[in-house]
This record gives sequence, structure tokens and C-alpha cells, in this order.
Amino acid sequence: MKKLRRKVFLSGGYNTVSFGTGRKEFNPKKPRPGLEDYINEAGRGTLQLIGGAGNVDEGVIGNFMAARFNRQGNLAAFIPAIDEGLRWKPCCRVEGACGTGGLALATAMKSVLAETAEVVLTIGVEVQNTVKAIYGADILAGAGWYRGERKQGHAYFFPNLFSERAGAYFEKHGREKTRRAFARWYRNAVENARLCPSAQEYHNTATDLETMALSEPEAKGFVAHLNMTDCSKVSDGAAAIAVVSAEGLERIGISRKDSVQIMGWAQVEADITSPPADPTRLETTSRAVQQALASAGIRADQLGTVECHDCFTISGLMSLEAIGLARAGEAADFVLSDHTSRNGSVPCNTTGGLIGWGHPTGATGVRQAVTILQQLTGTCAANQIELSTKRPYAMSINMGGNDKTVVVLIYRRGDLD
Amino acid sequence: MSYAERMENVSVLGAAGKMGSGIVLLTALHMAELRLQPENQGRHFVLHAMDISQQALSGLMGYMRTQVQKEAEKRIVALRKLYESREDLIENGEIVEQYVADTLDIVRPVTSLEPARESKLIFEAVSENPELKVKLFSSINQNNPHAPWFFTNTSSIPIQELGDKAALDGRIVGFHFYNPPAVQKLVELIPGRSTSPELLDFARTLAAKLGKLVVPANDIAGFIGNGHFMRDILQAVAEVTRLATEIAWEEAVYAADRVSRDFLLRPMGIFQLVDYVGLDVCQCILAVMASHIANENLHSPLIDQLVARGVLGGQYADGSQKNGFFQYEKGQPQAVYVPQRNGYRPLAEFQKGCDERIGALPEKGVSWKSIVKKTDAAETLSLFFRKMSAMKTFGAELAMRLGRRSREIGLQLVADRVAQKEEDVNTVLLTGFFHVYGPINPFFSR
Repeated sequence: MKKLRRKVFLSGGYNTVSFGTGRKEFNPKKPRPGLEDYINEAGRGTLQLIGGAGNVDEGVIGNFMAARFNRQGNLAAFIPAIDEGLRWKPCCRVEGACGTGGLALATAMKSVLAETAEVVLTIGVEVQNTVKAIYGADILAGAGWYRGERKQGHAYFFPNLFSERAGAYFEKHGREKTRRAFARWYRNAVENARLCPSAQEYHNTATDLETMALSEPEAKGFVAHLNMTDCSKVSDGAAAIAVVSAEGLERIGISRKDSVQIMGWAQVEADITSPPADPTRLETTSRAVQQALASAGIRADQLGTVECHDCFTISGLMSLEAIGLARAGEAADFVLSDHTSRNGSVPCNTTGGLIGWGHPTGATGVRQAVTILQQLTGTCAANQIELSTKRPYAMSINMGGNDKTVVVLIYRRGDLD
Repeated sequence: MSYAERMENVSVLGAAGKMGSGIVLLTALHMAELRLQPENQGRHFVLHAMDISQQALSGLMGYMRTQVQKEAEKRIVALRKLYESREDLIENGEIVEQYVADTLDIVRPVTSLEPARESKLIFEAVSENPELKVKLFSSINQNNPHAPWFFTNTSSIPIQELGDKAALDGRIVGFHFYNPPAVQKLVELIPGRSTSPELLDFARTLAAKLGKLVVPANDIAGFIGNGHFMRDILQAVAEVTRLATEIAWEEAVYAADRVSRDFLLRPMGIFQLVDYVGLDVCQCILAVMASHIANENLHSPLIDQLVARGVLGGQYADGSQKNGFFQYEKGQPQAVYVPQRNGYRPLAEFQKGCDERIGALPEKGVSWKSIVKKTDAAETLSLFFRKMSAMKTFGAELAMRLGRRSREIGLQLVADRVAQKEEDVNTVLLTGFFHVYGPINPFFSR
């Protein structure tokens, strides 16, 4: 893996609220903010932190399915609507299903590395509550292979793909313990989200989360091996961050210690038309993680925190095995020993992850980077974890589709050279 | 005739009414299900939704569209399997749309009686008027070559009598849905003396396919449900009449309603329930029962008086509540009808004082809502009513009197052979009226 030719930093992170069921103010019958409201809020949030639109060279927006959720295309042209100062600047939109946010970051990084930009405003957005969940499932199924998979697929297409992965995993490694680990994962997600005002589960007051999560799945109305508590919800939201060079960092007037540096990364694509060879593993994620660790020149035990793509509890657990934090079949033990909880050896998804914070699909990759930026720079408020000097690195894994589009980034605080 | 053949051509009379529209919905969904079965490929299923009002039928079709779509969304997992062979239907949205089209395609809104001449099964849900029912049955029966089966939704009129007067020769059964039919699990099944066993079997199968719980009742006016409900109303009216000699009329109505709800842990107070059902409907049912049951005063001059003045209750077309014993705003009682002034007096003027007179609940926080959520509430109920029976407050004493009378009515229904057993009475009240305990219980046995 080639070393990056320039240093790349992230700063000026901003997350909107992840809006949907669970938030007190959510009422499906009342009008809600739209796509442009979220883009504007996140974009302006970041601009304010980086000294305004004049400092920006380029814009990248990540979005998965606005064409269907919101009947809107040409999203790049919404970037100049954020601020007049962004007019006439180069912008583009990228898409890679739920891995969209990661692709947006990678695209922005490439502009910085290509030296065509020093400061790239990077946004991820998705507004999904425009349709009922069962129609949303159709739209999200676009992350799979429509002609090859949809007709035979389940009504809840993606929950079922991962339910089948969970079923295979149960068979190979045991059901009971794995389900207990799912329940713990859910509890950790909600407990972290309760500390984060922008999280979708911020208002969740349910007691005994693990017992609730352990109720038996209902195959008749949903899927065979997962409960609703095993799934991320339908979310509206956006996140924005600035991807900058060292020069760009000076331009926006942010010190290195208030930024994070990208220490390693990987962008890996699998073939959407072939099913996973082994449903109990996330092979593409695993490849991306190993590449990213190699490019950063670090080991997994140097990671102080991880934002993994827990669109489902099972993908959370499988990510731990892909990273190498647990061996195949041992992720459940790792979770049940509380290694991933907020006081554990490697706190995962510290503001709730996709299950707790929310999963506005096209925004998630950017949201993960914002969370890590906040954790590593000590600005994560009530969610702040303590990071040991032995583990100064953080990792984000953003996955699109059934382990098809994966972007992994490794970060460290900007001044720790 | 096979089951599917019988279900191929169905008519619903009074289709756009409160009960009729629910029956159309349930039946159409069931027929759509049958139509999608491979063995029924060649059959053509038709449901004639008959009503006198074109406007109400338009409303019915709107209701059907919304409800069938909701049903499809709820059952999408199963529907994807049902439409497996349709290669052109891929997304959930396409399957829902097709299912709605397939189901609505079965339903024909009509204002004339003629199409019923083709039907092999007739559901009747017109108003509770024996002459009207008999007239419709005779007319259809005389012109229908299929010797159709008649399912009447009457909640009070003896089935044998309807069958005899319309000369149906045993081809009739009482199939009494509870309101709203699409939601309430209960069906009271009432055979007449000469109802054919084959028909009765079919009725049981159909009820099961519609997902209903069947409670058999004997063919005595009012059956179990109204047999209890009407006498319960009369008791409440008697209490109000008695209390009104001591306190203001409106306070007595409010107190009896509130106590029957909050102290007896029912989902609705007795007078609010009368408003919901409709005072005119209650009057009809009482009249039917009174004409069939000797040695019992089943007459309420109060209800007659209110109906005569146009105080009727019931619902508007949009489902909102009309004024009756209470005046409603957004479904909530705001004022009580006072006959002496032929007008309403706002609750705000006397509610607080009246609540003080009623006194505290035996236990704070115990309500119908809190009990209905519990899987096992036996202990909570027992403690609640034990405490209540020891209390000397206005509210507790009134509740005990109402509870004891409700129990007496239940026992009488068994003694009079309206119900075959005590459990059936309790089941009707639990499932048809959403009570959290049956009237025949140990709480009011003293």
C-alpha cells in the first residue's frame, strides 16, 4: 500500500439530528424538514466552523436514493444553495448505497491528494421518512441486485439478507450466546445514544433493554432471525465535515490538535451480482480493514475506538471479526465481556452507531467520521470516552449493500506526529 | 355446494352502514384470499355491496381502499409468497397495488336488490327493524334460484321468527358481529330452531376463516351481548333516576358514567357507550326484547324521551361522535344533556364537586388501560375490588351496586338458557365489550 503523498486532515464536523421514530418530536402525520433543510443545516454547520464558504475549494455530497425517497436528482447543485460563496465551485454527488458517506470522504480525499483542492466541504444526507417502512424497504433494496435478487427477495429485503447471515452464524457458532450478544449490542447502542442529543434513540427510556431484545423473532410479520431491536431504524439526517490538506488547515484557521489526520484508508468494491462466499463473514469489510491497517502501519490492538457499520447487530458482530478484534465465532464473547461498551478496551459506536444514533443511509459514513473527530479531539461532550495513549488510533467502517462497497478510514489526532 | 362455490357470489345488505362496511371489508378480504388460491383459478368471485345511498356507497369504497391497502401493507410478507408466480410484480409497492386492485375488483356497490338474486350467501346488516329484514329476505328468497343462505347481523331479533316470516325454510342463522366488525374478535352465533346443521357448520368455518371467536347463543331476543348490555343500561338509568332525587340530574348522569368506567374498570362509561351505539339503536333493541320477553320491564321512558327530542348519539359519516347523553368535542364528553332544560350543561360547571362527592378510587393508578396491558391481572383486580367493597364512599357504593347487578344479569342469562354456560357470558363481555373481567366473577358475589 502506497503512503499518501500528502497529509489529509478532517475538521469542522457537524451532525444534524437523526430524525425518525423514537424522537419525541417525530410525528409521521406532520410535515417534516426536507432534503434541502438537512443539507443546509449540516453544510452551514461546517462552514461556520471552518471560516465560511470562501475557504472552500470544492464540494462533495453523498446521497443514496433521493431520486426515489424525495424525487430529487442533481444533488451537487444543492451545495451552492448552502451558501452563496459556494456558487460556481466544482461539486459532485457520489453514491454507494449505505457506503455512500465513505465514498464521499474518499472522493474528497482524492481531490486533496490530487492537489486540485485544499479544502473540500463533504456532506452526506438521506431523508427516508417520506414513505412507509415497507415501501422504504423497496427503495433500500436498490443496494442489492434488482434484476437478480429482488423478486425472490423478502418484503423486508435487507433485514432478511442479514437475518439469513445471522441464521448461518447461529448454526456455525451457536444461537443462544450470539443472541445475548445482539441484546448487549442493542443496549450499548441505546445507552450511548441516550447521552447524545442528536441521536435518534436519545429519548429512549425503555428499561431492561436486553430482555426486550431477547424476545423471539417473528418470522411471520418480519424476519426469521432478527428483531426490530437488531435493526437500524428509518432515519432522516445529514452530516458534514471538511477534508483538508495541511495548507487547508492553516487556511481555515484550525490547529492540528483540533483536527484528525487520516493515517490509512481502503476503498474496496465487491461484485454485486455474486452472493457472499461465506455468509458468516464480511469478506469485503475484512479485506478493506486489513488494507487500511497495513496502509496505516498499525495493528488492531492500537485502535482506541471504532465506528463500525452496525446496520444490524449481526453486521456489528461480524465487523469485530473482520477487524480481528475477535476470532471467527468469538465476537459474541468479545461483546458480552464488554470490550465494546463505552468503558471497554475498544469502545464501539460511542454515540449509538447506526442502531442507536440512527442511519440516514447516505449520511452515515460522514457521521461516523464526525463522531471520531469529536472523540479524538475531546469534543464529544457527554459521550466523550477516555482514550489511552497506547491506543491513539480510531477506525471507521462504512459498508454499502450486502458487504459490497466498503470504505475504511484510520484516524489519529492531527497533532500526534 | 362446496365452500368456495358458496363464497363465489355474496351480497351484503346495508353495506355502507357501520356494521355493513366492516362486514364488506372482512368478506372481501376473505374472498380475495380464496380467489388467489390455485384451486380457485377458474372461479369468479363477486360481492354485491348493497345500500340505499349512493353517497354512502362512495364513502364505503373510499373506506375499502384505505383499509385494504393497510391490510396489504401489514401482510406484505405473506402476500409476496401469494404473488410469487407473477413475474411482473417485484416490489412491495407493486404487490400492494395489485392486491388492492384484486380485492376491490370483487366488490360491486349497488343500490338495487336485484343482484342479490344471484348470490348464494346473503349478509344482512340493515337497521334493527324486523319488518324491513323480513321484507328484504322474502323478496330475495322468492327470486333467487340458488336457495341462498341468510346470515343476519341482528343483535336482538329471534332468528326463527325472521326465518319463519320470510319463509326461509331453515336457511338462516344469526351471525352477530361486534362493532367495529373488522377489529372486534367476537361473533355471536345464533341458530334458529330449524337452522340446517350444514349451514351452521359453514357459519363456523367462515367465522374461523375471518379470524373470529365464536360464542354460541340461544335464540332468545337480545341474545347474550344485548341481553346483558340493555339490562345494564336500564340499571344505570334506574340509578340516575334515584340519585336525581338527591343531586342534580346532570351530576347523576356524570357520576353513573364515570363510576361505571373508572370504578368498574371498563373502557367506556355506560352512557358514553349508549351514545356510541346510538340511543335510537338502543331503543329499537329494547323494543324488540320487550315484545318477546314477558314478566320483565324492558322499557326506558328516558331513552324514549331523548330519542323523541332528537338526542340520538351515533356517529357522523367521518366516524366522529354525535351528541347524546353527552355533548362531545374531539370525541371527549364536554357537557351533559339535561331533559328539564332540553340542553346541555358543561361538565366544567360541576365536575370537580361531583368528583369530590364520588370520592377516591380504591387504588390510585389502577384503570382499564393499566389492567388491559397486563398479562395476568387477577390479583390486581381482586385487591382493587376487595378494597372497594369495604369503602363507604358514594363512588364505591354505586360501583358495587352496578357490579352486583351486572353479575345478576349474567347469571340470569344462563338460568334463562340464553347462554349455554357462564363462561360464554364472560367471553362475550370480555371480547365484544373489551371488559377486563367477566360479569360473572367473585368480586361482586355478595
